[in-house]
Amino acid sequence: METLDESLNIRPHGRSVIEIQDITKRYVMGEEIVHALRGVSLRIHRNEYIAIMGPSGSGKSTLMNMLGCLDTPTSGRYEFNGKNVAEMDDNELAEIRNREIGFVFQTFNLLPRSTSLRNVELPLIYAGINPEKREEMAAHALQEVGLADRMNHKPNELSGGQRQRVAIARALVNNPSIILADEPTGNLDSKTGGEIMAVMETLYQRGHTIILVTHEADIARHARRTVHLRDGLIESDDYLPLMESEFAISSS
Amino acid sequence: MLFREIILMAWSSLGANKLRSALTMLGITIGVFSVISVMTAIGALQNSIESGISFLGSNIFQFAKYPVNVDAGGETKKKFQNRRNITYRQALRYYELMQGNAPEICLKTFGRDLKAQAVYNGVKTTPSLTVVGTNGSFLTANAYTLGYGRNLNDEDVELARSVLVVGKMIERRLFPHETPIGKVIRMSGHTFTIVGVLAEKGTSFGQSQDDICIMPITRFFEDYGEANRTVNIATQPFSTELYNRTLDKGIGAMRIARGLRANQENDFEIYTNDSLKSAFISVAGVVRIGAFVISLIALLAAGIGIMNIMLVSVTERTKEIGVRKSIGARSRDILQQFLTEAVFISEAGGILGIILGVIGGDLLALWLKVDLIFPYGWAIAGLVVCSAIGIGFGFYPAYRAAALDPIEALRYE
Repeated sequence: METLDESLNIRPHGRSVIEIQDITKRYVMGEEIVHALRGVSLRIHRNEYIAIMGPSGSGKSTLMNMLGCLDTPTSGRYEFNGKNVAEMDDNELAEIRNREIGFVFQTFNLLPRSTSLRNVELPLIYAGINPEKREEMAAHALQEVGLADRMNHKPNELSGGQRQRVAIARALVNNPSIILADEPTGNLDSKTGGEIMAVMETLYQRGHTIILVTHEADIARHARRTVHLRDGLIESDDYLPLMESEFAISSS
Repeated sequence: MLFREIILMAWSSLGANKLRSALTMLGITIGVFSVISVMTAIGALQNSIESGISFLGSNIFQFAKYPVNVDAGGETKKKFQNRRNITYRQALRYYELMQGNAPEICLKTFGRDLKAQAVYNGVKTTPSLTVVGTNGSFLTANAYTLGYGRNLNDEDVELARSVLVVGKMIERRLFPHETPIGKVIRMSGHTFTIVGVLAEKGTSFGQSQDDICIMPITRFFEDYGEANRTVNIATQPFSTELYNRTLDKGIGAMRIARGLRANQENDFEIYTNDSLKSAFISVAGVVRIGAFVISLIALLAAGIGIMNIMLVSVTERTKEIGVRKSIGARSRDILQQFLTEAVFISEAGGILGIILGVIGGDLLALWLKVDLIFPYGWAIAGLVVCSAIGIGFGFYPAYRAAALDPIEALRYE
């Protein structure tokens, strides 16, 4: 199985960042037990660009929460950079989220009363980094997403696309192992959405690992690998041939 | 997380709801204000009393019909009202018995019912002069000094002369440009010749002591009647060393004057500076307990206000909590943040209450002409109590915030 994976991977990168094995998740909702995940195994390597797709109710969100260390599985094994996350407590999970994962949400989720700079600094505050270093790092991250001139603007003074770029800057400021984007273009028009996907592509080109959760095939097409979920199981896991990716062509 | 960050966060989120934060704070401010102002005023009073203000002249003891706290309960009050007056006859008997044991024995009776108003040349004083029928010892016994002219003497008392020694305020009002000595004034239907003027004494506990007229006690009884009047007797021993012995003798003489048998209790009150001080202190203690209890209740109510507003705040900011958790805030960080906000409101309210309370209490002290104080102990206690309220009432909302499931919180709209 492993060898099969390796052979299919267009860019073998040595160690995997994420390795989940036979993960299940059950919820109790009232009288009913919901099997959101029924045994999912997945391995994600460093600098992969992977899209997770599936209709609502497929377990897509549950898997994303699991990958984002917001939730722990009912059974199965989850290794993040070789550490077993499945048995971590709340504090340890918070630390993983802080240092290893950068979230990008559909609704941006910026703090409305804070400037871009303060919003981007937030993960660094929880990481306990001192103010001078923090500001420098946050400014640098904003520069990377092309918002060097919007540092002291509050979210309501920014366009949707700019807000999402602030959110991306916040996600990557702590130099996480993965960037986990949940429908990042869901609240944007197609042109702005395209811009955001271009930013994602740039990040990928720079060596970041990106996990994209979406139900839009158009968006998923940007990724190099697509995992389809259905009824709590992986239905398909496809690597796109390198040549099919227009971004890869244009950037090479 | 750094302490500085927590404070900054608390500050910015409280700033987002200025009015709400201010109103919540106000509850605490009122509670703290009430206790601090009362404690400041009483502390200032007690301080000045303990450090020397004398109710009576130095070393003086006094006998009277009523105790200090006449305003006590109904039953006790009746007991004193039914007591025999100390008559002038009894007072004179005491005076005779004590001859040779004390240099100054002041007999005095107050015309509180008179609504006395002095008139000279058509100019009137306020109709609230303190009229005292007494003898020459009044000045010593009540810590007055003579400004000019002469004091009352034994002859004035013996002959019931219509003479007056007046306070500074009466001089100022009626005789702005001339000497009052030898002038005849009218007061409550009788005429008097002024023979002396007292030196200014100022106010004590908010009451002027310079609108006083003293006249021979015999004249007082002739003009205003002797029935239903009781005489107070103040005695000054020869020296401090003889104080206790003279007091014992005085009590004996008083019992004889009142015709008490050996098995009867004293039917008069004994005032000493110590007894007056302790009477004041016991009253002050009751007021203190009252103020303390009232403000504790007020603070409890304010604390519930804080809890309420924090619960609202947690609900409103559920999404924010979710975001913070998703980017790595631990439950402990969230708990600290909300707890800090609660303590911040509480402390800010408390500090404001302390400042206003000290100002209020000291204004009262200023009016009462006593030295101002800063009640450090109560101020610190106030801050500690405020912290406790902030933590106590802020804990549950903060705990709820910290315990939120990040997934649920992120989904919250």
